Amino acid sequence: MNETPEAGPKKLLVGLAGQQNAGKSTTFNMLTGANQHIANYPGVTVDKKTGYYRHREIRVELVDLPGTYSLTSFSLEERVARDFLISEKPDVITNVVDASSLKRSLYFTFQVLEMGFPVVVALNMMDVAKRNGTHVDVAALEHCLGVSVIPTIGRKRQGKTELRDAILDTANRKAYNPLRISYEELEPALNSLKNQLDKCKLAEDYPTRWLAVKLLEGDSEAERIVGEHLGEDCKELKTAAGVRRDFEEKHYMNVPDYMVGCRDRLATEIIGTCVTETKEGRDRVSETIDKIVLNRFAAPFFLIATVFVIYQLSIVKGYELTVYWWPILAKLRAMIAGVLPAAGILEDPYIRSMGLWMVDSANALLNYIPIFLILFSLIAILEDSGYMARIAFILDKLFHSFGLHGQSTLPYILGGVFAGGCAVPGVMATKGIPDERSRMATILTVPYMNCLAKIPFYTLLINVFFAPYKSWAMLFLSTVTIFVALLVAKLLTATLLKSMETAPFVMELPKYHPPTLFGVGQRAIERTWQYIKKVGSIVMAVSICVFTLLQFPGISDEKQAHFDGEITKAVAMFQNKIAKTQYADRFKDEAALVSMINLYNDFKSARLITKGAKSSKALSAKFKAGYPEQFKFLKPKKDKDAKTVNKALRGLLSTRKSLRRQIKEAQIETSVLGMVGRSLEPVTQWAGFNWKINVAILSSFAARESSVATIGVLYQQGADENKSLEDRMEAEAGEGGFSPLHALAIMVFFALYPPCLATTIMIKVQTGSYKWMVFSMIFPTTLGFITACLIYTGGSAFNLSGIQMMGVFYAAVVLTAVCSGLFSSWKRKPGPLPDLRQEPKPL
Amino acid sequence: MPGPKRRRHCGENCCMLKRIKPGQRAKIRCHHAKGAVRQRLLDLGFVPETEVEVIRKAPLGDPIECYVANYKVALRNSEADLIEVECD
Repeated sequence: MNETPEAGPKKLLVGLAGQQNAGKSTTFNMLTGANQHIANYPGVTVDKKTGYYRHREIRVELVDLPGTYSLTSFSLEERVARDFLISEKPDVITNVVDASSLKRSLYFTFQVLEMGFPVVVALNMMDVAKRNGTHVDVAALEHCLGVSVIPTIGRKRQGKTELRDAILDTANRKAYNPLRISYEELEPALNSLKNQLDKCKLAEDYPTRWLAVKLLEGDSEAERIVGEHLGEDCKELKTAAGVRRDFEEKHYMNVPDYMVGCRDRLATEIIGTCVTETKEGRDRVSETIDKIVLNRFAAPFFLIATVFVIYQLSIVKGYELTVYWWPILAKLRAMIAGVLPAAGILEDPYIRSMGLWMVDSANALLNYIPIFLILFSLIAILEDSGYMARIAFILDKLFHSFGLHGQSTLPYILGGVFAGGCAVPGVMATKGIPDERSRMATILTVPYMNCLAKIPFYTLLINVFFAPYKSWAMLFLSTVTIFVALLVAKLLTATLLKSMETAPFVMELPKYHPPTLFGVGQRAIERTWQYIKKVGSIVMAVSICVFTLLQFPGISDEKQAHFDGEITKAVAMFQNKIAKTQYADRFKDEAALVSMINLYNDFKSARLITKGAKSSKALSAKFKAGYPEQFKFLKPKKDKDAKTVNKALRGLLSTRKSLRRQIKEAQIETSVLGMVGRSLEPVTQWAGFNWKINVAILSSFAARESSVATIGVLYQQGADENKSLEDRMEAEAGEGGFSPLHALAIMVFFALYPPCLATTIMIKVQTGSYKWMVFSMIFPTTLGFITACLIYTGGSAFNLSGIQMMGVFYAAVVLTAVCSGLFSSWKRKPGPLPDLRQEPKPL
Repeated sequence: MPGPKRRRHCGENCCMLKRIKPGQRAKIRCHHAKGAVRQRLLDLGFVPETEVEVIRKAPLGDPIECYVANYKVALRNSEADLIEVECD
């Protein structure tokens, strides 16, 4: 303790290890504060969280190891944690231990001690333990384990300095004599094996006693390490196998079981000396809550109520918040528009239109930030409180029937079970699912949920074609997707994913904790930030591509000449109208006219986002001060001539607007994307899609939001009379024979259509393979197209109306889902399957 | 083969955890699982000689909730069918 810090190393590498639910991340946050960053462990998709802090002039790098129950080699996380320990050799391991369930935590501590690292135990959740009537004698525990034990309450940031001190002291300590787990009757064999290993080169890289223990246990990773260094048939491996065989014959018990027993006895002994229970029995509060919440009849009610509250608060209330949030984004757009080169009279400079296109694409996504902040906070509350684990418990059977997992619930909720979510955080949340097959199935089906960006498109089509059945149609869309997702999961797990690794469903149901503001806020902001990053990078890049594909090669010279002629006429008309006013000369110059037009538009759009008389007055004052000469044309008062100019200007602007729209439509029609859309028409006609819909679908790949915008451009007849998009689509629908059946086919296709690009990138990150990423694009497109064809062609053949077909389709999907779910649980019913009951083997 | 020897270890009066009714307790004898499943069960406290209480079944009948080593664990019937317990 008295050693000066200078005597030790200047920089420390500390690993933070512990079991799930022991409060590892709160301890991590307590130690490092905000100074942390997340990356992946090399080659795998497991997050590596690193944080830094400075204590007593020493810089400490803290690495958060994956939360695992033990350090064997059965799961990816465990292997990652172990590899880190072996290859990076941290100076100190801080082992976070749950004081309220100390015995189980000790199994893990034993394993870390066995690996020979200097250990500091952070005895966390002391408050919970106290509440449960568990008293832990810290000094006695320190004595038993031979390492520093620091009581902490991570959620309240208690014990921070003590823990930081202990970490440094342990790193500097010369004499360190931790507990050695005794394997009783196996000790002689263990020692001789250790001595054998000590003589090899392996001893430089690995703790030999740990290796010897693992070899006796038959740990595959340890066997691999030894086999690699000393050869597959080295004497060490043979010795271990021999010891196991002899022991089995002598004691009628296999070695791993015996070793578990030794550790368990030791843990029991330590608990006996260090822990006193003052209250008998279990946590009564959690017990009582569970009695109500997990009651056979009440459980579904609470579950539905929870989902409903989440939906109401985040989607409905969050949407109301966007009313306040949107003007901020609109101001941002106006600011950027001000920086970009000014608009031309007929055509804008490319930089301007591309810049604004990008801002619009980003704003469409950023608009949902309030919704996501609320949604992610609520979900963090569910997770922290412990109810999320209960949801998994309640729904596991249902999900399991379709090859999924109880823990698939969270990704599905994030993805938008009801209506509104985002597949990106949904796919990210699959990380927690221990079963590889279910995890893959979840990743590939989360995109079927209704993300927020699909909603405007649905609303548009429903308003046009299913107006009398609005709520039914919405209910249809938000529930049919769940059934489809379950069916797809079933299909995938029974075929492509069949050979994947599965894991048992063994899940702790943690005690209920009141969530903390800090913990919830941090998680919500972290997840929202990940969403913003998606907007910042991928969506931007793709929006540029889509923009280019929608622009080039551009309209023909002939058409260009036609539009040029039209605008010249309009300008001439404007000049004519103002010829008699005193300002006639002022606008002779085209540059002056263009700047006037732009000023007028700026003023108009600024006025659109200002609310209230006061601020609109301030706006006028601002423009008046900035443009004293032109302001009278923006808001003419008594000046009669200025009024004439204002009127003529408005006429010119409206012609210009309509011409610009026509150009845009012509541009899209002749663009690369337009041509692709047209060339797909012969195929897509079976699903009832015309080229306009094709283009909208193609462009929505960047971000779904853009589909409504694209349709808006394509259906613009009557836009100048201020008809809404709904009316315009309806008008054209009458002409083109566009029926509700068409709309249904499109909506279903859109619901099943591949995830947006950001999601597919996230799928790549989470599955670690481009193969799955490509699959996640092709499979849903094919499925969606076939379904849309069935709906459209089938519906036409039987002369069904849109709403009739909706009912038929819904019934078909639900029936198939129910049947396949019942079938698989029936198949699993008949008692213990013989192939599951593998006899324990001594080897 | 080790199979028969194993049987010696688990004598009479034994059944699988799956058969234990909610509210009843039993003592774990041994695991019939191996590999990852066995390890997971051991990590979560299903260690031989430990007492388990089955608290309840999930509303849909599967999984079951158990109380073991001072906390609660949910496990599916298929796993509970691999844990041999003493019962009377």
